[in-house]
Amino acid sequence: MTLPDPEFEAECIRRILAGEKHLFHDLIRPCERPIYFLLLALLKNETDAEDAAQETVIKVYQNLDKFRGDSQFRTWVLSIARNEGLGRLRKITTRREDSLDAETDEQSGDYTPAILTSWREIPTEALEQKELGAILRKAIEGLPEIYRNIVLLRDIEEMDIRQTAAALGISEAAVKVRLHRARALLQRTLAPQLKGFAPKRKGWFGRRA
Amino acid sequence: MRIDCKHVWEHISAYIDGEVDASLRVDIDRHLETCEICSAVLDSTRNVVILIADDRVFELPGGFSERLHARIDRELEESSG
Repeated sequence: MTLPDPEFEAECIRRILAGEKHLFHDLIRPCERPIYFLLLALLKNETDAEDAAQETVIKVYQNLDKFRGDSQFRTWVLSIARNEGLGRLRKITTRREDSLDAETDEQSGDYTPAILTSWREIPTEALEQKELGAILRKAIEGLPEIYRNIVLLRDIEEMDIRQTAAALGISEAAVKVRLHRARALLQRTLAPQLKGFAPKRKGWFGRRA
Repeated sequence: MRIDCKHVWEHISAYIDGEVDASLRVDIDRHLETCEICSAVLDSTRNVVILIADDRVFELPGGFSERLHARIDRELEESSG
């Protein structure tokens, strides 16, 4: 993820509004991924998410003079993306929005983690192996929707708790609870599978199965 | 205060994010020093969080960025016309 740089953003916005329109490409680039993955979380369809992402970005450009700088630029952009996504959902059906709230945090469940007596860290270089990426994606896609959305924004796009809450229109407390459950579910699903990707070297217990 | 494993698991996510208060952090750290299971649970959870954050796991659709910026170019042209 590209970290937002408020000074760069403010300077960029000032110059775009003064006529250097081409700078909008640079301004929006760090937001592309979060916009897309937020819309994918809402719309659950790649084509719709891409179409909505384009609309969002055009709206950001057209409304740039309305950005007041009292929130982070990315938070403002994502609120536009969220409105775009929710607007499309409303057009499709009202049923889906209900379903967003239908799964509540009251669900009790067993969040006992996968118990391991040893754990060898899996280096991110292991992601060069396509099968590891596939295992991670499958685990995330298998999460209940309310947890998957949180993971997409908080852990995959590395938005903070406040931004995640604002983007999804839920409380920060709900983000924390769901994030905790999502990570516990992922650990339970993934930890046993990931052990096979641990480095082979210098181990007395970490040998590959 | 001595805390049990279940108590540690309840706070693992907040612990990873640095969001537990100082006294709870001390209790958890003390527990982790002697509990191999909780250490492994913490390390594996943290590792999962690190792995899924990698841009290679979830990639934008092929050509997404090119199509987006082409659309922006069209908008910039229209708006200056």
